Amino acid sequence: MTTPDLEACAVVKRFGAHTAVDALSFSVARGSFFSILGPSGCGKTTLLRMIAGFIAPDDGDIRIGGRSMHGVAPNRRPVNMVFQQLALFPMMSVGENVAFGLARRGVARAERLKKSEVMLERVGLGGAGHKRVDELSGGQRQRVAIARSLVLEPTLLLLDEPLGALDLKLREHMKIELKQLQAAFGTTFVYITHDQSEALVLSDHVGVMSQGRFEQLGTPQELYYAPATPFVAAFVGANNRIAGRAVGVARGIVELETKTGWTIHARANGPIQPGESVEAFVRPEAASLGRDAAELPAGQPAYAGEVESLLFDGANSAVLLRESRTRLEFRIALPQTGRFADLRVGEVVQFSFDPERAVCFAAPAAAHA
Amino acid sequence: MLDSGTSGWRNRLMLGLLLAPALVWLFALIVLPHLDLALLSFRERIAPREYRLSLAQYRIFFSEPLYWHIFVRTAALSALATLLTLLIAFPVAWTIAKLARGRASSLLFVVCLIPFWVSETVRTLGWMILLRESGVLPGLLVKLGITDVPVELLYRDGTILVGLVYTSLLFMVVPLVSSLESLDNALIEAAYNLGGNGWSVLRQIVIPHAAPGITAGCIVVFMLTLGNYLTPNLLGGKNSQWFTEQIYAQFIIRFNWEQGAAFGFLLLLLSTTMVWLGLKLSGQRFGEVMRRA
Repeated sequence: MTTPDLEACAVVKRFGAHTAVDALSFSVARGSFFSILGPSGCGKTTLLRMIAGFIAPDDGDIRIGGRSMHGVAPNRRPVNMVFQQLALFPMMSVGENVAFGLARRGVARAERLKKSEVMLERVGLGGAGHKRVDELSGGQRQRVAIARSLVLEPTLLLLDEPLGALDLKLREHMKIELKQLQAAFGTTFVYITHDQSEALVLSDHVGVMSQGRFEQLGTPQELYYAPATPFVAAFVGANNRIAGRAVGVARGIVELETKTGWTIHARANGPIQPGESVEAFVRPEAASLGRDAAELPAGQPAYAGEVESLLFDGANSAVLLRESRTRLEFRIALPQTGRFADLRVGEVVQFSFDPERAVCFAAPAAAHA
Repeated sequence: MLDSGTSGWRNRLMLGLLLAPALVWLFALIVLPHLDLALLSFRERIAPREYRLSLAQYRIFFSEPLYWHIFVRTAALSALATLLTLLIAFPVAWTIAKLARGRASSLLFVVCLIPFWVSETVRTLGWMILLRESGVLPGLLVKLGITDVPVELLYRDGTILVGLVYTSLLFMVVPLVSSLESLDNALIEAAYNLGGNGWSVLRQIVIPHAAPGITAGCIVVFMLTLGNYLTPNLLGGKNSQWFTEQIYAQFIIRFNWEQGAAFGFLLLLLSTTMVWLGLKLSGQRFGEVMRRA
């Protein structure tokens, strides 16, 4: 097995009494796309800045390409970074921006020009070398920032929410472009974001971070289909969250009863004792919808609900229901067939879901005091 | 409903009234005296109360080596003082703009400002108390055994430079701080991340970004220094040979207003040329630089 490009061993960073990064350990395999996903303030930026060398960890070690980075200055690390606001040098042309790092390494001028031109070509900006930075569009700047880093052939490319400043359409486009660039260059990417869709689309592996720790580390599929903690279930993708008390556990299926008396079934994650406070998560697309109970898959407990609102969003359309007896909110993705295109607000429909596709956790004590 | 014609006229009147003090000041105290000085400098007295148009005053300046020498010396020392001020002010401005946070930053700024609460004369006399032969510093040097007898530290070129730099520091710090504050820290980090070191970051990122502020500070300090009368006169004494003293001597001592006016114009020409040269060399535009100042 080859050495991973990035290894963090029990890395700790404290700011006063606040622990920003709490004994974090993980490794990133060569050539993979690794994302750190978390809400703002979870410590992901601190972690990235420690990898880049702008701040030193209080404890633990960061190894890049098998070499400990303890005491190595940021300009001596085999790491380059794409900054949140890109930080292109406005006092230089596009070509000079790309050649900056090469010049600092003492590469001769002719060689520098050639290499930066080739790199600009590879990111689809051939011939733009003489342009000023402010003459470029947002997407083009993005590519310059990546070219400026990749021209140095780093072991690791760090990306600090580089798509945050772009508008939605361009962001969707750049997502695809980033993935293609990473595949073409084969460089290991470490990407931080608070946008779960960016992390899911781009990454080979994702670490979901909260309060300085990884809640779960896995492939996007694992995070989505088998969340390890309630936080991951709630943070990654849309989910219906149903809190209540476990009234019975049988063959790994928990029978959950909400405060208002609605009973559902969900697969237990970890040991759950009857009587415990629990919360279950059901994906909107895991539930089936029918005008009549006979339309629903056989063998699943069925419930009735009143249509509260229709959330039309093309392929991502959904309907928001209120469970008839308890008025609890439940979101269901509308099937692509257009079968429910004539659904009206106020209509009463039947719905059900496979308990195996719903997941139930013991509730964190603080949440149900 | 307001009649737009009337309101337009009223707006213009308002603007005129608001600008009036500045316009009066500009015209009566700057344009008029300079026009008169220009006329004075181009005439020559041939008999009591009899004058004629001539270039004699300017001819004297170029033919008399003393005047010429003092002129060049003043320009060179002013340029040197400007450079020294820049070198000293830059780390100060960097600390205020980039290293100090919140209260500490404003406190440092106030520390730079405090000397200006005292009049320039008193400040300069303070330096004299420190540096004169029977003063604090020569006494200290004797006590430390560095010199056998107290040395006169006044009336030297170095002393003049110290005084000029001290007086000018704030005028360099202010534009530098404002131009350094607008520098995004991410640019500095990005430069380090791409392998830059302290020197290359300074040369390729910080200085190009701060160039308008540097130029603005240099222009202001150079003009203040060139036109300074008090500091060179008090700290340099008879040896100071500052060009403003020549102008003073012509006007007040020799009562040769024609000659004094010509000198005044030569000084104006010198500062204009140096400012123009500074802008050309640093590739800056006057408007941008003045906004920083």
